[in-house]
Amino acid sequence: MSKTRRISCLAAAASAIALAATGCGAPDEGESDRGAVPDDATDCANYEQYGDLKGQTVSILGSIRDTEADEMMEAWSYFESCTGAKVDYEGSGEFESDMKVRVDGGNAPDIALFPQPGLMANFKDDLVPASEEVTKLATEGWTEDWLNYGTIDGTLYAAPNSSNAKSFIWYSPAFFNDNGYEIPTTWDDLIALSDQIAADGVMPWCVGFESGGATGWPGTDWIEDIVLREGTDLYDQWVTHEIPFNDPRIVAAIDKAGSILKNESYVYNGTDTISSTAFQEAGYPLLDGQCAMHRQASFYGAMWPAETNVAEDGDVFAFRFPEAKEGDNTMLVGGEFVAAFSDSEATEAMRQFLASELYHGARLQTGPWSTARQGVDPSKATTPINEFATEILTDPDVTVRFDGSDLMPGEVGASSFWTGIVQWVDGDKDSQQMADDIEASWP
Amino acid sequence: MSTETQAPEQRAIGESRGDRIRRVLTSRVASIVALLIAVLWTVPTAGLFISSLRPEDDIRASGWWTVFTNPTFTLDTYNYVLYSDSQGGGLIRNLVNTVVITIPGVIVPVAFAAMAAYALSWINFRGRNFLYIAIFALQVVPLQMALIPLLSFFSQGLHIGDVTIMPSWELEGVNTIVQVWIAHSIFGLPLAIFLLHNFMRELPGDVMEAARIDGASHSQIFRKVVLPLVTPAIASIAIFQFLWVWNDFLVGRTFGGGEATRPLTAVLGDMAGTWGFGWTRLPAAAFIAIIVPLVVFLLLQRYFVRGLLAGSVKG
Repeated sequence: MSKTRRISCLAAAASAIALAATGCGAPDEGESDRGAVPDDATDCANYEQYGDLKGQTVSILGSIRDTEADEMMEAWSYFESCTGAKVDYEGSGEFESDMKVRVDGGNAPDIALFPQPGLMANFKDDLVPASEEVTKLATEGWTEDWLNYGTIDGTLYAAPNSSNAKSFIWYSPAFFNDNGYEIPTTWDDLIALSDQIAADGVMPWCVGFESGGATGWPGTDWIEDIVLREGTDLYDQWVTHEIPFNDPRIVAAIDKAGSILKNESYVYNGTDTISSTAFQEAGYPLLDGQCAMHRQASFYGAMWPAETNVAEDGDVFAFRFPEAKEGDNTMLVGGEFVAAFSDSEATEAMRQFLASELYHGARLQTGPWSTARQGVDPSKATTPINEFATEILTDPDVTVRFDGSDLMPGEVGASSFWTGIVQWVDGDKDSQQMADDIEASWP
Repeated sequence: MSTETQAPEQRAIGESRGDRIRRVLTSRVASIVALLIAVLWTVPTAGLFISSLRPEDDIRASGWWTVFTNPTFTLDTYNYVLYSDSQGGGLIRNLVNTVVITIPGVIVPVAFAAMAAYALSWINFRGRNFLYIAIFALQVVPLQMALIPLLSFFSQGLHIGDVTIMPSWELEGVNTIVQVWIAHSIFGLPLAIFLLHNFMRELPGDVMEAARIDGASHSQIFRKVVLPLVTPAIASIAIFQFLWVWNDFLVGRTFGGGEATRPLTAVLGDMAGTWGFGWTRLPAAAFIAIIVPLVVFLLLQRYFVRGLLAGSVKG
């Protein structure tokens, strides 16, 4: 190819790309689930307490990305415009490793949104404890169960940001109504219902554990839900390793989960498809009545296909994971904690704002979200499922425990527990072997 | 039967080994095998490309091969991925970031490497060989080892005891792109120097001597004699460095300052969203990311192959 021909070729390619680019223009943004920012959050008078922060920047690193991040930034956009501070948010899919590199390299963000309290504790030496004002806001805003997870060695470091209710079982209200099934309130009811559905010729459960590099985590939630219902003390001892992972009571809990997950007559498509079914779409067969129940957290409400009506009288909704003991009222939760690496004026103001009722009320309305902040009005949530979740999360009578795999050391909670559960559900290991191997990997 | 097998044997008599290899490799069977391998190799990429043009619901519901029975195409995904204001899109900004990172990230190390390679091969000074071996040995050091020390060098400066050797750089926002340039240059230099040195070393010494007798200084020899002679090698190293910087994820992410400098690859990694639900955008985004290296490779592949051989064969 001659030189001139090559250049003209390059020019042609470049102009083709340019042409394609101009032909498209900006796409229409979907506004479907978005509410508006409430009036009190747009009124600058409510931000006067934070002072004038013109020219100051707060950098925030979190694991929240995509639409959720947009909605979050919308909720704090008035904080920016009213105080003059600039909030620089970065969402990272590699949050755990990014944090380590940045903190070790002396380049920590001003604020980090930790999805794992266990990980946060690793950075204790670099964290700035909660100020008096933040502590005051946190104690009026969250129950003791929650604040315990933001506390390291007796000092409060972080207040929660979002909260997810994890002990949820999704079902199709119409399917339940048509067949006269009742929502189970105890474990025995749940098994009885599963048997009944199976006898009626429908697979009772849809299960999928595949999640790329994190494959297996939906399975750990199953075990956690069951252990939590065996007793909150047992659960606390288990996640803090006061009892070994292969304690007989834990192995019994794994077996209990196995009575559903390893039951060929319960699981849609067979138990050998569990570890290869993507968790994002695992619940979809529920919509066609091919299975009846799917255990997944409240955030799953945003993952149904666009035209699905997620409501108590709609296509799908969720009920709470049944208790094993009479009178218990427990909920497994997830969420992020707002920890700071800087004590600048703007960072402190941002922390106070993020712990305030004003922010949580606003965020509840900018998109599908749930929170445990006392004082917010659950009915303002944008979707029925988030209203339901927020009602439970803000109820002080509910005993709340954080997702155990996020509290365990990374070697277990983000590694051997995941792989263990996959091998277990695939039938490569029995419950005892799995528990023994995870115990052996505990650092 | 016997006549058929005899015919090629007769032809084979008297041909050299090279001719035989050429004949075997250009035979019809070999061509078909090569074609098969090429097709097999391209299938996943083709599938990715087809997926990138399908509507979101279709991607979720069925595999790309169903497109042959049910062809529906849309440019919406490309549109969203490139121009959306949301966190899961707007790749056009990051495309610009990547270009801004890549251009100095290639020019700087290649320029320095050319000068260093000239000095190491044609200027006599004490410790030259030791220096060369030290640079050569640096290739063994994985860049991951240098991430945290280099980052703390930028963000905290260099102190020995109470003595400050270098104050903190205090770069923020878009200015942190300087750190990315420097990091890419540092990590790219050892290999570039090594390859260019080997290439320059092969130039005939008589040419240099003649130039020196004519009164040329080192800088004149470098510019007027050596550079024109090593252009193919420089081009191939520039392509290597370009591909490496363009595809880099770790350096840009670690040394950059958040949203303002995020390269394409970093956004690509996060594009699927918090719960990985937006994975349907990935095929389109991946194609946007590979289109530029692909064009560069196709236009400059002649240099690329030559560059692979540069410095590896003597004589």
